[in-house]
Amino acid sequence: MNLHEYQAKELLAKQGVALPPGDVCDSAESAKKIAQKLFEGGAKTVVVKAQIHAGGRGKGTFKNGFKGGVKLCKTADEVFENAKAMLGNVLVTKQTGPDGRLVSKLLIAVAPDIRKELYLAVLLDRSTSRPIVMASTEGGMDIEEVAAKTPEKIFKESIDPAVGMMPYQARKIAAALGLTGDLLGQGAKLLLGVYKTWWEADASLVEINPLCVVQNPDGKLSLLAVDAKLSLDDNGLYRHPDLQAMRDLAEEAPLEIEASKFNLNYIKLDGNIACLVNGAGLAMATMDIIQHFGGKPANFLDVGGGASQEQVAAAFKIILQDANVRGILVNIFGGIMDCNVIATGIVAAVKQTGLKLPLVVRLEGNNVVAGKQTLAQSGLTIISGDSMADAAQKVVKAVSST
Amino acid sequence: MAILVTPQTRVLVQGITGAFGARHTQLSLAYGSQIVAGVTPGKGGQKFEDKVPIFDTVADAKKQTGATASAIFVPPAFAADAILEGIDAGLELVVCITEGIPVNDMVKVKRAMEGKRTRLIGPNCPGIVTPGEGKDSHGGCRIGIAPGYIHKKGHIGVVSRSGTLTYEAVWQLTCRGVGQSTCVGIGGDPVNGTSHLDVLKLFNEDADTHGIIMIGEIGGSAEEDAATWIKSNGKKPVAGFIAGATAPPGRRMGHAGAIVSGGKGTAAAKIEAFKAAGIGVAATPSDMADTLLKMM
Repeated sequence: MNLHEYQAKELLAKQGVALPPGDVCDSAESAKKIAQKLFEGGAKTVVVKAQIHAGGRGKGTFKNGFKGGVKLCKTADEVFENAKAMLGNVLVTKQTGPDGRLVSKLLIAVAPDIRKELYLAVLLDRSTSRPIVMASTEGGMDIEEVAAKTPEKIFKESIDPAVGMMPYQARKIAAALGLTGDLLGQGAKLLLGVYKTWWEADASLVEINPLCVVQNPDGKLSLLAVDAKLSLDDNGLYRHPDLQAMRDLAEEAPLEIEASKFNLNYIKLDGNIACLVNGAGLAMATMDIIQHFGGKPANFLDVGGGASQEQVAAAFKIILQDANVRGILVNIFGGIMDCNVIATGIVAAVKQTGLKLPLVVRLEGNNVVAGKQTLAQSGLTIISGDSMADAAQKVVKAVSST
Repeated sequence: MAILVTPQTRVLVQGITGAFGARHTQLSLAYGSQIVAGVTPGKGGQKFEDKVPIFDTVADAKKQTGATASAIFVPPAFAADAILEGIDAGLELVVCITEGIPVNDMVKVKRAMEGKRTRLIGPNCPGIVTPGEGKDSHGGCRIGIAPGYIHKKGHIGVVSRSGTLTYEAVWQLTCRGVGQSTCVGIGGDPVNGTSHLDVLKLFNEDADTHGIIMIGEIGGSAEEDAATWIKSNGKKPVAGFIAGATAPPGRRMGHAGAIVSGGKGTAAAKIEAFKAAGIGVAATPSDMADTLLKMM
């Protein structure tokens, strides 16, 4: 599950991570009020930032033509105008896809006098099964580019889960980032706070890009997390009801939300052959094999092993709500899954939805004989596949000939 | 000899009285596996189906029955604890079926396991099967949730992150009259106890394994690591399939570990690594068995 920048910053602030002062709002009036306070407090520039679960906001364009989801403003009135232009409109960036995202919230914050942009992230290192802190002097840019072109500029520090991140490690990274004097201590404190945020939230990623050395009005330098991105481990959510409450349904595809209500694993793609499969690996492979034979998968759907008839019927109805769908492939190899449960669920769903599209079903495994019988006796037109390849070829053919 | 488990391996089931554990204990017993004990705290002294004694602790179960392996069917919030209990009791093998364990719990488990003799398989895995000699491979050791009847005793080792793709490969082999030595599901989580490489090393040294099918998917670099090792050390033909070529980047495809992050962990990169290592690459999951058999 992803969080908005303002939510990530709330969590970071709780762990003592230094941030530019600011607040979230959902109206142009509130934006103006927040800005007024910031200007009165001594800010020279205030930034208006669209809150969406995607990067590239600064260079993005709203569907109504307004350019930029990150705007620097010199007055509270400017903040008001920019806020008005953004709220309720759809922002399209390189990362949102052509549909873009609706902007309902803005973060209004001090735009500090940035002297240096650094990069910081905490994530799981899969090769060691340990948390790793990644830092770089090359902030404010695409870290993948840095990794490709100048990997020596990325520092990595592995964290021993038995003790967590130690202060000496934080100082080591801060020093590697070129922070000295007061900034060394500030950096260490900030790094420890970021790690603590990651660990305690059961996050999969916390990314601060850019982490900035800024100059304050009094001439002193300090370190601030200017942007923050936080993704949570879905498996950890059960023990964080407060974080679950931060879920933003507007950032999720409606069909995916619907599927999650039934505990189904569904991801919408843009093809026209829907899949219903048991098992994530088999579900991925089913999408792959459809493409292999020239078709385009409409979705990933894993009904899981313990799916009930009701879940199967619900899954069926969900995939049919995708207007692009022209055919369906059901591919089941029952281990935990009972083929007859699938078959009964499909028959019920077909009858309820009055399905007219080509339906290819391939069943194998646990209770397959009963499953095949249920389909055969249903009176419905169901094309049966002997193997995965056979089933995939049949559905691609059926869809391309309609 | 097969690897990790034989038909004689004595198995205990943690979570035997839960619906999930109970069902699969029944199926393993029906398959002829030696399920000798169950563990459910508070239910010690009871019997599962009048056959299998239940104990309060793994240590007690091991002491009383000589069990050396465990199957864990415990819900996600308690599974890391169950794994550590199995390790603490000194079992040789712990197979954790549970899906949904928080990643950081497994990070802690791996750290706590360092230096211990127990091998962990999983979590989020279908388990392990060494087929038996009876009808439909009855009499083998089935730990986990795989359908028993699809197996056949033989000489092909199968190692996979995906349960259902394992069943595909196994069934293709069995239908061609080719049996399996041992089938190992290592699971779909990003932090797991046993990697493809760990299993491949065992297959490499197993006299009973003459060929190997390796099934991978997007996310991480386990397949690449395995391929590099096979290139220099592999003694037996290996064929493989990688799932997820059509997966959109940045999305978790069902399995917690099946995600292309920051451009890394793509199916294309894994397939390249396979080819470079001389591993036969099945273009579709329906070709896994044939791809290997052509190489043998």
